[in-house]
Amino acid sequence: MIMLTIDTSTFALSVAVVDHDRTIGEWTTHLKKNHSIRLMPAVRMLLEECDLSLQDLDAVAVAKGPGSYTGVRIGLMTAKSLAWAAGLPLYGVSSLSVLAANARGSQLISPFMDARRGQVFTGLYRFENGKLMQEKPDQIRMHDDWLHELAAGGEPVTLISPDYSKHQELISQTLGELELPAHAQDHLPRASSIAMLAAEQNPYKNVHDAVPEYLRLAEAEAKWREAHGK
Amino acid sequence: MKPNVLLAIETSCDETAAAVIEDGKTIRSSVVASQMESHKRFGGVVPEIASRHHVEVMTIVMEQALEEAGVTPEDLDGVCVTEGPGLVGALLVGVNAAKAAAFAWDVPLIGVHHIAGHIYANHLVEPLEFPLIALVVSGGHTELVYMPEDGVYEKIGETRDDAVGEAYDKVARTIGLPYPGGPHVDKLAAEGTDSLGFPRVRLEADSYDFSFSGLKSAVINTLHNARQKGEEPEQADIAASFQAAAVDVLVEKTMRAVKEHGVSRLVVAGGVAANSGLRQALTEAAEKEDVQLTIPPLSLCTDNAAMIGAAGYVRFRIGQFSDDRLNGVPGLELR
Ligand SMILES: [Zn+2]
Repeated sequence: MIMLTIDTSTFALSVAVVDHDRTIGEWTTHLKKNHSIRLMPAVRMLLEECDLSLQDLDAVAVAKGPGSYTGVRIGLMTAKSLAWAAGLPLYGVSSLSVLAANARGSQLISPFMDARRGQVFTGLYRFENGKLMQEKPDQIRMHDDWLHELAAGGEPVTLISPDYSKHQELISQTLGELELPAHAQDHLPRASSIAMLAAEQNPYKNVHDAVPEYLRLAEAEAKWREAHGK
Repeated sequence: MKPNVLLAIETSCDETAAAVIEDGKTIRSSVVASQMESHKRFGGVVPEIASRHHVEVMTIVMEQALEEAGVTPEDLDGVCVTEGPGLVGALLVGVNAAKAAAFAWDVPLIGVHHIAGHIYANHLVEPLEFPLIALVVSGGHTELVYMPEDGVYEKIGETRDDAVGEAYDKVARTIGLPYPGGPHVDKLAAEGTDSLGFPRVRLEADSYDFSFSGLKSAVINTLHNARQKGEEPEQADIAASFQAAAVDVLVEKTMRAVKEHGVSRLVVAGGVAANSGLRQALTEAAEKEDVQLTIPPLSLCTDNAAMIGAAGYVRFRIGQFSDDRLNGVPGLELR
């Protein structure tokens, strides 16, 4: 099964073509550049370099969020349209699980992304028999609270995030020796991991059903609900 | 010869639209999924919510457009999409969907200016003849465009502050009419008289630019002053007086542009082209000056993808394609 995979949920842009557990090609940049301009050329270039056309693919998979609203939408809309137009099955995996997949060992893994105003998108994962299992659902939390919750658990944990350096001080203050640091190069999402994660789940029943996992209401919606007691 | 069939996509604001257009002039299908209901409670379009809706329904709308047209992807010769202007997040949904579809089907991609689309909506009603003047009036635009020939646009005037549709919505809110206010003001205006003497803002004598913020303030002040005196002016008279002032300026500048550019064809485009006061005044003026006027039916005045296909076909015909780097450009210039 040859799968085209896409992750644009953070500043990293990553696309890959994976055949079962063999990565045929992967292209990742970590630049503050526009995903909308660069994603389609990246997909075209990667397929060309791998001597593949869309007809050679068996599925498309995408990191469906959480993350940057715009980034997630660009990746998901591109993957969704490709799958729809080419008649291919579509898989959506958690963007946080893609980060978690970079960790090694059997300890707890807490991937996160900065969600502004002291908040993070985060969750809790662990590898069991080579499979990434979810221990706590993806959620949006005050990073401070979340780290204290991890500390209270008393179990060593690895934190993975493209925003790691910005949060490093708070992490070491709160977790101290409970933190098992990741390698510096493991903080970037890699689209090749999406294939492994997608293989563990079902594709969307209908490609039309694919929507981003924002984990947060649009601000206007949240305010409206607050004002109307909902 | 086999006709050219284009799929067109439009997501610049709060309508998710797709259409199939044959040879730039025949509508094979035109699907519009409106989000108006979900923005109503906010009193205006919320960009993030618009973007979220677009992602939800984009592929469904494209599929429906193909089905209603009775075409399969193999029949398509290209994909057109609005690249701007508009809400950036909303534009990005359509642009990325279009890029992916064009790539998957291996057909050319054509980025289209939203205003060019509005102007070419007229081509779907009656073939355009050049040179012409186009008056584009909507919630986001008030522009006068001179077109010496097919696909060539010269913007000769634009609003310096509020778009005329925006002014309509604000006036509607001030007198307590529901969102979107434009059509309500139009309806109410028919029942009132132009008795309040609101200003006609004409700017410099030779300018084709517009300004509606002064008019809007005059309406708000009049109402405010009356209410302070414990009076409530007739709503219908406010609507009629506002509409008369707005329409006067629009018609006067448009007809001056027609005369000074020596054109005999005038087209109107954009959501406010549905306004009955404007339609009537323009029709009368055009008749008097012996100018041929087209105003599209309502379904082609408001945002739709058929118009994007019609405008895109002009570029398709001369091979003016976009590449994979096409982006959503909120402030895209008409060129
Ligand atoms: Zn429009």
